[in-house]
Amino acid sequence: MNANAVYLRTPLRRVAALLHRRGGLMLAVLLGPPLIWMCVIYLGSLLALLWQGFHGFDDFSMSVLPTLTLDNYAKIFEKGNFDIVLRTLAMACAVTVAAAVIAFPIAYYMARYAGPRTKAFFYIGVMLPMWASYIVKAYSWSVILAKGGIVFWLITKLHLLWLLDGVLALPYVGGSTLSTSHLGRFLVFTYIWLPFMVLPIQAALERVPPNLVQASMDLGARPRQTFRHVIWPLAFPGVVAGSIFTFSLTLGDFIIPTLIGPSGLFIGTYVYVQQGAVGNIPMAAAFTMVPIVLIAIYLMIAKRLGAFDAL
Amino acid sequence: MSFAVEFQEVSRHYGKVRAVDGVSLAIAEGEFFSMLGPSGSGKTTCLRLIAGFEQPTSGSIRIHGVEAAGIPPFSRDVNTVFQDYALFPHMNVLDNVAYGLMVKGVGKDERLARSREALAMVDLGEYGARRPSQLSGGQRQRVALARALVNRPRVLLLDEPLGALDLKLREQMQGELKALQRKLGITFVYVTHDQGEALSMSDRVAVFNQGRIEQVDTPRGLYTRPATPFVARFVGTSNVFTGAAAALLGGPGMGAFSLRPEHVRLQRSPAGAAGNSRQLPARVIGVQYHGASSRIELQLAGDVRLVANVNNDEGDGESLPEVGDELFATWSDQAMVPLRELPA
Repeated sequence: MNANAVYLRTPLRRVAALLHRRGGLMLAVLLGPPLIWMCVIYLGSLLALLWQGFHGFDDFSMSVLPTLTLDNYAKIFEKGNFDIVLRTLAMACAVTVAAAVIAFPIAYYMARYAGPRTKAFFYIGVMLPMWASYIVKAYSWSVILAKGGIVFWLITKLHLLWLLDGVLALPYVGGSTLSTSHLGRFLVFTYIWLPFMVLPIQAALERVPPNLVQASMDLGARPRQTFRHVIWPLAFPGVVAGSIFTFSLTLGDFIIPTLIGPSGLFIGTYVYVQQGAVGNIPMAAAFTMVPIVLIAIYLMIAKRLGAFDAL
Repeated sequence: MSFAVEFQEVSRHYGKVRAVDGVSLAIAEGEFFSMLGPSGSGKTTCLRLIAGFEQPTSGSIRIHGVEAAGIPPFSRDVNTVFQDYALFPHMNVLDNVAYGLMVKGVGKDERLARSREALAMVDLGEYGARRPSQLSGGQRQRVALARALVNRPRVLLLDEPLGALDLKLREQMQGELKALQRKLGITFVYVTHDQGEALSMSDRVAVFNQGRIEQVDTPRGLYTRPATPFVARFVGTSNVFTGAAAALLGGPGMGAFSLRPEHVRLQRSPAGAAGNSRQLPARVIGVQYHGASSRIELQLAGDVRLVANVNNDEGDGESLPEVGDELFATWSDQAMVPLRELPA
């Protein structure tokens, strides 16, 4: 009996030897189950949903018709519906920009100045709100921003009520109170998604080698020039990576637009209303295509800007 | 005489760690000055003090006669070639080289022309459009050099610039660096832990140990007249004897001294020892063959060890010593270089 035969005595070892000889089989065994999950359960159900968008809907009987039509997709471009798209898109852009502006200094401090203890404190500070229930946070904000809430109380104490009234009187931004204004909704969105912006920027800044900053100084660049020509270009992919999160999360959200802000619909709330209250699954499915397309475009731009190298 | 860089009792302490401890030195203009020492000896910290990345805890640094304290790195007329080159990965090679001119506001045409010139000087004229990641280690090293030199600094600081290169390339670059320094007449301050590198290129070398300078001398002076046991051991190899062993080998009253292995002659018989030389019986305990020469480890009376270097081409018919041979080790009195032992 040679050594090979001795080794192959147990069935498990025979399987091991087979997998070792055939790398492709090994890969198939390892990758098969997750791929089936990904294709069937994940993409399959999504495609089934989008397929629904091509069905008709009878308004009188409130039932889905088996006929195939492009009407639902055409309706997206009708004025009322397209306003929803624009409103959501504008909010997603505004939230993304604001989150980037707030997150960058925090991430910069974390990555370049904070010691280990301070950094741990910042990590916890940034992530702690993410551990709390999202709905509870949204509800809390509706109370915080309501008339008679703590924000109004503080502003009144500071004798700045005139300023708040002025801001709330602005078109698009304002409303009767903070909690029913676009401004309030914007504040809550920015609050909720901020950690998703801080962490990728911080990671990107951490990866900027300190000696590049020193080299820049050594070559005569003032701090502002070093920031503009070295730190910012190298951290920018991190900003874009963070913006993918803030942008897509805002675009698809339906809870915050329900709880905070004026009555106008968002993409998420529109889908929610169509499939829930109305039961027009085909229209809801067609509208689901909107954020998918917008995010696909956004990701293409992000890829151009090198964001996926920073994730 | 004006000095390019002057240190007066400069110290840099991190808490209780004395990275640089009371260093004084003066580097002449146009000099190729090396700072040599093992890692952690303070040589790189000294370089960073000149560049302005570190501030001295005490003492004074003058660059071209101007007190450097408080002057930020970007306002100093010195440039650095970093150990790992620190090229900007998001810029092509030409923009990397042009960076220093760009931030100083030199117009685009002029800065690109000067940068191309600098790249041509390091034989990389064709590589301007490439990214640093597309270059080999040696090429990156040259880009880093061009990027520093294009600013026409009066002092160029080099932080182990050849450390990451393989041996052949390193030897080639040593020659090129020295030639470049002669041609440009710029003061080079060169940090290295490689004594061969320091000896082959420098006008003068400062040997660092534990934050202090043990000796500043020409390469030849450093090798032939080491001042301390540390220098004798670190620059080349040497037999260093202190205390009782020194008295035994060097004669009564002899303090610590250094004896280079190549100055020890080995003989089969106790003949030919002149009055101005010393001879002791020795037993061979190890032989290492190195091609051109062999390294012979010897044991003398009193368990004292001695290393001798013998040339293998000395064709007196005698074969190489073998382990166990009883020989006579001879050296002249002049070969014994007295050493000064520093207080710990």
